Amino acid sequence: MTNPTKTKKTHLTSKTAMKETHSITEKVTASLRKRHAKEMRFKFAGRLAVALGFFLVLALVADITYKALPAFHQHWVKLDISYQQDWLSIESSSEKSLRKASYRKALKKSLYQMFDEVQGRKNKRKLFKMFSGNAEFTIKDFLIASPHFVGEKKSVWVRLDDDVDTYLKDDPILGEAGVRIDENQALWIKSLIDKDLIEKRFNFSFFTNGDSREPELAGIRGALTGTIFTMLVTLALSFPLGVAAALYLEEFAPRNRWTDIIEVNINNLAAVPSIIFGLLGLAVIINIFGLPRSAPLVGGIVLTLMTLPTIIIASRASIKAVPPSIREAAMGIGASKMQTTFSHVLPMAMPGIMTGTIIGLAQALGETAPLLMIGMVAFIVDVPTGITDAATVMPVQIFLWADSPERAFLAKTSAAILVLLGFLLVMNTIAALLRKEFEKQ
Amino acid sequence: MVDNSSSEILFSEDTKIDGTVGHCFADDAKMSMRNVNVFYDKKQAINNISLDLARNQVTALIGPSGCGKSTFLRCMNRMNDNIAICRVEGEFKLDDEDIYAKKMDPVLLRARVGMVFQKPNPFPKSIYENVAYGPKIHGLASNKAELDEIVITSLQKAGLFNEVKDRLDDSGTSLSGGQQQRLCIARTIAVSPEVILMDEPASALDPIATAVIEELIDELKEKYTIAIVTHSMQQAARISQTTAYFHMGQLVEMGETKKIFTNPSHKLTENYITGRFG
Repeated sequence: MTNPTKTKKTHLTSKTAMKETHSITEKVTASLRKRHAKEMRFKFAGRLAVALGFFLVLALVADITYKALPAFHQHWVKLDISYQQDWLSIESSSEKSLRKASYRKALKKSLYQMFDEVQGRKNKRKLFKMFSGNAEFTIKDFLIASPHFVGEKKSVWVRLDDDVDTYLKDDPILGEAGVRIDENQALWIKSLIDKDLIEKRFNFSFFTNGDSREPELAGIRGALTGTIFTMLVTLALSFPLGVAAALYLEEFAPRNRWTDIIEVNINNLAAVPSIIFGLLGLAVIINIFGLPRSAPLVGGIVLTLMTLPTIIIASRASIKAVPPSIREAAMGIGASKMQTTFSHVLPMAMPGIMTGTIIGLAQALGETAPLLMIGMVAFIVDVPTGITDAATVMPVQIFLWADSPERAFLAKTSAAILVLLGFLLVMNTIAALLRKEFEKQ
Repeated sequence: MVDNSSSEILFSEDTKIDGTVGHCFADDAKMSMRNVNVFYDKKQAINNISLDLARNQVTALIGPSGCGKSTFLRCMNRMNDNIAICRVEGEFKLDDEDIYAKKMDPVLLRARVGMVFQKPNPFPKSIYENVAYGPKIHGLASNKAELDEIVITSLQKAGLFNEVKDRLDDSGTSLSGGQQQRLCIARTIAVSPEVILMDEPASALDPIATAVIEELIDELKEKYTIAIVTHSMQQAARISQTTAYFHMGQLVEMGETKKIFTNPSHKLTENYITGRFG
């Protein structure tokens, strides 16, 4: 090869190279526009999804809150009660006789005295039905607390019946259609309002009472206490069991066919319909071990079975994510397996374990199906005082109220949902705070 | 191009590995390994290696990636026990004690033969806790004052104390890379081991931090026996008294560092230290 040709060739190649670079820039620029457009489209879709999700949640919460508002207050009426001995059918004013006294009669007679224009048995019955069934106990409690009113007349505040209460609250959804008050009753109510005897009060009893057939008396406390007990049992059982199982499987267990089988089964367990766990609870925990029916203890055990796979799977993932260098560091200075696991691996895996636990517990919080079989889906009036008392839980309470025909239970249902959501929020907040605390370390 | 020449270097006649050349046994050996074979499943990672770690000396293990030097190092305090597929054969002795004997507890062994890793791996705890952890689990301090004493001297020995004395409660991970590695060294010497194994301790560090670590290693050999795996030949030349050259699971040559780097006996060693491959 001669020199000039070589130069020419070099010249040529450099030109082609330049041309190539040029075309590459063009190609990249052309595809760049496409890529950017793609990115923009994806960003837009993402924003849309977030906005839609947010809007739906907001709509749900707003709707529930709006429907729940009437449940948080109720109407009371001031009645002039005459505690006449013959009406009460008592001879002395000793506490014993006061407890046995006939307060319903006294209430009725006092009412007829207040509304002397009401005549006829039918009308009188209608009048009496306007006041809560609890009214006679209210006046009873009052008299027992201050027995010197025997034979005297005294004004006592009592609850109105839920139909009257609903009527006064102007049902926001059904309006007139929801009213179960006839013209006469409406007139009597009007006269009470005119005399300024009706008062709207905050409904404390919603938070202090157990369930009741009477909507004006029904409260959330029983179900809330039941839920708290059940969740405590679930947490106390599922957290240590789940974390221990995850730690063993991840850190100590040899890898062989048995651990593989266990792993597959744990994953399968997470997908088992929850009512199956209820059946197991009935067959084994109640029938064989003889634990009490309808008790938070059994509910907690059943929900533990349901929660365990979630906690184990999340904990294992979180333990697996701890960098092996930390294990080596601890082993390298002579920490035993146990020390390495508990002082280094577990604390580092803790935030992830907490997340898994809270997801599991949140799931358990909303469960009704597994509780069906063990008798926790039941109408229970008393507030449970321990984990072996008969109890029900919030979602069951919501279901029971939603199923009730009385109009006033509609608001109660929504209010109970709000309380359940609030409970969930509190639970998640505690978990988030704990998580932060662990992450700080 | 490069591939051709390196395969030429690797497979020509005079680069055949036929046993170890040089001196692989020391007069005063702290640890001695004989006929070591290591397998990962069926693959042999170490092929019949015998060598000694001389007392209070720095022994450098060099060689191209995948030659088994880290594996060998990890066998010396049984870190490979945790790898299920790893099988170790041969004799490992620490002051005439068989470290793979049934009665030897790996926990005790690792307290006597400490290890510093390639990537600084402080615990996500305070600087104090990092150093105090070892003495605590082994019960080396009977009270807080003694523990403080151990932590401070260890940090001093690791040349870190002056930099961190005002913030012992800060997280160990808040330190710079070089400081973290010195913290790891302090953590290792807090347990007062007899031997320190270092697996490329400076490979993740910048030259200044590396220089500090090297100086530290040089001081530490007064008290400890040190084995160090390194990819930097300059580093091996600077800090070690004895160098062992590993190649594809075999020990090719071992001897006085000066001799290895100035007048290697084996063609492979020469090729490696002159940078013709690796």
